[in-house]
Amino acid sequence: MVPLNYYLVLSAMLFAIGTAGVFVRRNLITILLSIEIMLNAVNLTFVAFGRALGSADGQIIVFFVMTVAAAEAAVGLAIVIGLFRHRESLNPDSWTALKW
Amino acid sequence: MPPGISTSDFYYILPELVLTAGALVVLIADVLLPRERRSALSWVTLAAVGATLASLLPFTSTHVEVAHGLLAVDRFALFFKIVFLVAAAITVLMSVRYLAIEGASPGEYYFLILCATLGMMVMAGGIDLITIFIGLETMAVSFYILAGFIKPNQRSNEAAVKYFLLGAFSLGILLYGMSLMYGLSGTTNLRVMATSFGAMAGDSRLALAVILVVAGVGFKIAAVPFHMWAPDVYEGAPTPVTAFLSVGSKAASFAMLIRIFVEGLPSASEDWRLLFWVLSIATMTVGNFAAVTQTNVKRMLAYSSIAHAGYVLIGIVAGTSRGITATLVYLMVYSFMQLGAFAVVVMLRRADVVGDELKDFSGLASRNPFAAFAMLLFMLSLGGIPPTAGFMGKFWLFSAAIDAHYYWLALIGVLNSAVSLYYYIRIVVFMYVKKETLGSEPTTSPTLAVVLAVAVAATLVLGVYPQLLFNVAAASARTLGAAGATAALR
Repeated sequence: MVPLNYYLVLSAMLFAIGTAGVFVRRNLITILLSIEIMLNAVNLTFVAFGRALGSADGQIIVFFVMTVAAAEAAVGLAIVIGLFRHRESLNPDSWTALKW
Repeated sequence: MPPGISTSDFYYILPELVLTAGALVVLIADVLLPRERRSALSWVTLAAVGATLASLLPFTSTHVEVAHGLLAVDRFALFFKIVFLVAAAITVLMSVRYLAIEGASPGEYYFLILCATLGMMVMAGGIDLITIFIGLETMAVSFYILAGFIKPNQRSNEAAVKYFLLGAFSLGILLYGMSLMYGLSGTTNLRVMATSFGAMAGDSRLALAVILVVAGVGFKIAAVPFHMWAPDVYEGAPTPVTAFLSVGSKAASFAMLIRIFVEGLPSASEDWRLLFWVLSIATMTVGNFAAVTQTNVKRMLAYSSIAHAGYVLIGIVAGTSRGITATLVYLMVYSFMQLGAFAVVVMLRRADVVGDELKDFSGLASRNPFAAFAMLLFMLSLGGIPPTAGFMGKFWLFSAAIDAHYYWLALIGVLNSAVSLYYYIRIVVFMYVKKETLGSEPTTSPTLAVVLAVAVAATLVLGVYPQLLFNVAAASARTLGAAGATAALR
């Protein structure tokens, strides 16, 4: 069996990659994908802990996280489309109506 | 009936069920009503909020855990539920004319307001990571849509995207912290967690979880350095939504914060007290100094609301039952003055004028003396001048800090209040001293007048006679924790 720490290191790396993506990337869709990577790193942590602890709570939370992530993606993409109609650009640097 | 769930569980979540039913009624009524009569939906929404408030009555002294410790029904949750529902009702009253001017459809709007309120109620009652997370997201997703509700308005769109991006990002951080809490304790229930963390004080893995959760919650309460989204979102979102966001979302996030840290992580209190001490000072100072330079009133109120999150954190840092009581009192008091101030901004909104710039307030005293007087009162209250409620709230917060030997924190808080007076008084100067009337003509409506009257009355009454609120808040703070005793508090 793969030791718990392997999973934790992997999920920490995934989380770091996702976080870096949010800060570095300059395209809304890529930023959204980076956030999804962060959430999946969280899911991996929950499942790994749940398996190591022998409790189902970790897996149950993951189902909720996935559902919420789907809802967020739906709402987020709708909002992005609304903005795209005004701007024709997905680069956050081009949003100037409000001081960032 | 699935195992583990009993009929009585449904009785204890009666207020949430009533609110859910009300939200669905609003959605259905939106379809059934002819287009020209849809403004009646605001009354349906108010009725739903009122029914929910009434359904809280049987639970005034309940203290139980529902559904195997997923939700707590206690006075602490009750106090916050009242704050949320009152804020929701005031927001609905503020929205009636605003929606008519913006030409937005009221059905989804009121539905989302009720959904956000439902999420807040679950957050306040949640004593399990799952319920807290679901409540938080119910609220947050509703607010993402509400912030961008005025689709033709580009500012509203930008506000929604920024709020969504940073909200989803902070959710990731918060959840990562929660996953570590789960891994270290083996449970998702905060009260069980507190016991299993008892032997782990000073553990560095626990400290990492605490840091991540503090950062995640810090985004939600808009504490510096996690505040960047707040001014943009508050400025761009429709004004009633901004009001509800700055009051409801903030109060709910503080309820969540108290549940997670005071109930779940008392053994790591040295860590989070230090973190919140730093956050509190940074938040107060940055919020107040940034507000000084603003010329847009909504943006100024956004920075002011950031600064107020810093004041409220003082009570959390103190961590005594007195500190938590002061936090509850301040959140209630803050709701009324903040909602009132935004109601005045809504009054200045007209078909062709946005009305949220400082110059729109010039000469308001001669054009609408009541609105100007109300704004004067809210500004004095936000600044903490007696005999307003804001003074009493700040007084208790600072005295709780001194009581817990946080002298520097109290001193910096007082100095910050002095700085904040500068920009609050500047609005008053524009209203009373400037004579030119460049701004828009304020348009009153009966619902806005009711909002202002309620907010003025609450600000004055709670300032002159605060004892009742204090006693209720103290009784609510005492119900934290499984035993009902404040074992979790110092």
